[in-house]
Amino acid sequence: MGILEVKGVNKRFGGLQALGDVNLSVKENTVHAIIGPNGAGKSTLLNCLVGKLIPDTGSVTFDGQSVLGRKPHEINQMGISRVFQTPEIFADLTVLENVLIPCFARRDGAFRMHAIEQVRHEAELVEQAETMLADVNMLGKRDFHAGSLSRGDKRRLEMAMCLVQQPRLLLLDEPTAGMARADTNNTIDLLKEIKAKRDITMAIIEHDMHVVFSLADRITVLAQGTPLVEDTPEKIKGHPKVREAYLGEHQ
Amino acid sequence: MFGLSKADTRLFLIVIGLTLFAPFILNPFPEGSELAQFNAGYPDLMQRFLIFGIFAIGFNILFGLTGYLSFGHAAFLGVGSYAGVWMFKLLGMNVLPAILLSMLVAGLFSVLVGYISLRRSGIYFSILTLAFAQMSFSLAYSVLTPITGGETGLQLSANDPRIFGQSITDAGTIPVPSLFGLEMRDSFQLDVGAWLFTFNAGYYLCAVFMVLAFYLSIRIFRSPFGMMLRAVKSNQQRMTYTGLNPKPYTLAAFVISGMYAGLAGGLMVAMDPLAGAERMFWTASGEVVLMAILGGVGTLIGPVLGAGFIKYMENIVSKINDNILHQWFSFLPDGLEDVVVAIIYPFIGKGWHLTLGIMFMLVVIFLPGGLVEGGQRIGGWIGRRFGKGGSSAEAAAKPDAKSSPAE
Ligand SMILES: Nc1ncnc2c1ncn2[C@@H]1O[C@H](COP(=O)(O)OP(=O)(O)OP(=O)(O)O)[C@@H](O)[C@H]1O
Ligand SMILES: [Mg+2]
Repeated sequence: MGILEVKGVNKRFGGLQALGDVNLSVKENTVHAIIGPNGAGKSTLLNCLVGKLIPDTGSVTFDGQSVLGRKPHEINQMGISRVFQTPEIFADLTVLENVLIPCFARRDGAFRMHAIEQVRHEAELVEQAETMLADVNMLGKRDFHAGSLSRGDKRRLEMAMCLVQQPRLLLLDEPTAGMARADTNNTIDLLKEIKAKRDITMAIIEHDMHVVFSLADRITVLAQGTPLVEDTPEKIKGHPKVREAYLGEHQ
Repeated sequence: MFGLSKADTRLFLIVIGLTLFAPFILNPFPEGSELAQFNAGYPDLMQRFLIFGIFAIGFNILFGLTGYLSFGHAAFLGVGSYAGVWMFKLLGMNVLPAILLSMLVAGLFSVLVGYISLRRSGIYFSILTLAFAQMSFSLAYSVLTPITGGETGLQLSANDPRIFGQSITDAGTIPVPSLFGLEMRDSFQLDVGAWLFTFNAGYYLCAVFMVLAFYLSIRIFRSPFGMMLRAVKSNQQRMTYTGLNPKPYTLAAFVISGMYAGLAGGLMVAMDPLAGAERMFWTASGEVVLMAILGGVGTLIGPVLGAGFIKYMENIVSKINDNILHQWFSFLPDGLEDVVVAIIYPFIGKGWHLTLGIMFMLVVIFLPGGLVEGGQRIGGWIGRRFGKGGSSAEAAAKPDAKSSPAE
């Protein structure tokens, strides 16, 4: 049994079958990559895992519990964090505040009325946030307006926001899209480092094969909403069906 | 001090100082001088500054932090007023129970309105709040006449029970609101040369509440709760995927600001025990929006400045008439005098709305941060102009901007 089990998931948008009978099992403490051409349904699948979309049929369980019917914030509180295809951050807040908010969410839950206490007196959480920022090399920008960051920095910030929650499952939708080569390599190193430091499971959607083959323990190839094959990176590389459906375009 | 950061403490002390000495500060011109009509240091107007200041501070907690623009906040002020008058009618003339019940009733009403209106966001939220307020206004004006006094408004009468007080005084008059015997209309006048300063009990009661309300708003702004409210404004999607539920946060902000409005309504009737439906009319809701935007949305002091500014215009600029203008410009040749007066005339007296409208447009276009931003720019200019010595002036001009990245 994987920590994440997707069984027989279907999702239609009008006449379009975005997901057709998807089965997926992500083992605990592995990095599972999902690859596939544009429009294959990768983001749709991810949205079904975090409560943004509800599958028409099928089941999704995390750690033995169904996530279907739960609200996104409840699913996050179960231990699933998500990085978006275009970075979703609190653009009007400072970099530090962006990382502090998940710290509060983790400690206090979905809602807690701390209206009199002062943020700056929460030394423990501030330290936690600053350590996280240092880990992603952004401590120097702690007082910057998050909206003024470069795209690469926004991605790293979003990653920090997710990681500081210490999720059990981290979902990443193209975490290196729009990054320069150097930044991409930094991100790979960062994810590897996180992986080495503590127990975490990752499901990662990525077009960049360099990223996929550097990180993934297993790869699922999705095409037109249906998993084509699932195997180890070595096997996937040589798989004729995959070359035909996907890799051919990129090599 | 007070658990606030240095900059916030300074701002808070400045506000306390200004409130305390307002009877002096607002009466700079000697009695009987030509400029005396610009004096705002009389109790009625000073009370208004504070009461609308409280209203605007509360409104800003919702609008400034969460970005949810309510067009119906006057309803809470109105409901608070009615509740306050009823306390005077039923219990007695002590203002404290009246003010407390005003806040409580306004709070409960805002739970209902907020719960329903917050199912939508953006313009639909605004429309829903507006609909609620207009509904409240119509109900108060007609159907609920037994409770609200309808067109004439809710007034005290000699037949009220007032179980903890007298229905009627020994002198045969209706008793007036008081705080343990201290009547709200009591004033102490100080003659200093040509100047006359009035210190009014009601004003200082309002001052105590306004200072407390302001302090609470600073605490909320700097609290984890305040940070979450800014997160609501910034990105609700990220919030939900961070395990936070934006709904109760927004509702809490809505209810808090509703209770601030209730407090303002309660103070209004404590100063003058009369409540009318027009207090809930949509223009009253619109006014508090103007106050917040004019002063500086999302800043601490902005809404208070905006409230003061608008109430000053409403009460002072509206009183200037063409006679006064002719006096001012009598030094000009006759023909020219008439021309100048004719040009200025539409902007004063009843035309004060025009002046306000133009001011408002100028602020929105050139100073999106409101009067607070104006102050900061002037402070910055002085700082650059006069070098080092000016840098402290700059800091003083924007005390709330430094430690608050939200601005
Ligand atoms: N909310 C929606 N409504 C209608 N159609 C949608 C919706 N979301 C996605 N689709 C469609 O479903 C299909 C799968 O989209 P999805 O975003 O999952 O692809 P993807 O694999 O993430 O592609 P990419 O690599 O471009 O991100 C596409 O054809 C897309 O147009
Ligand atoms: Mg996608």
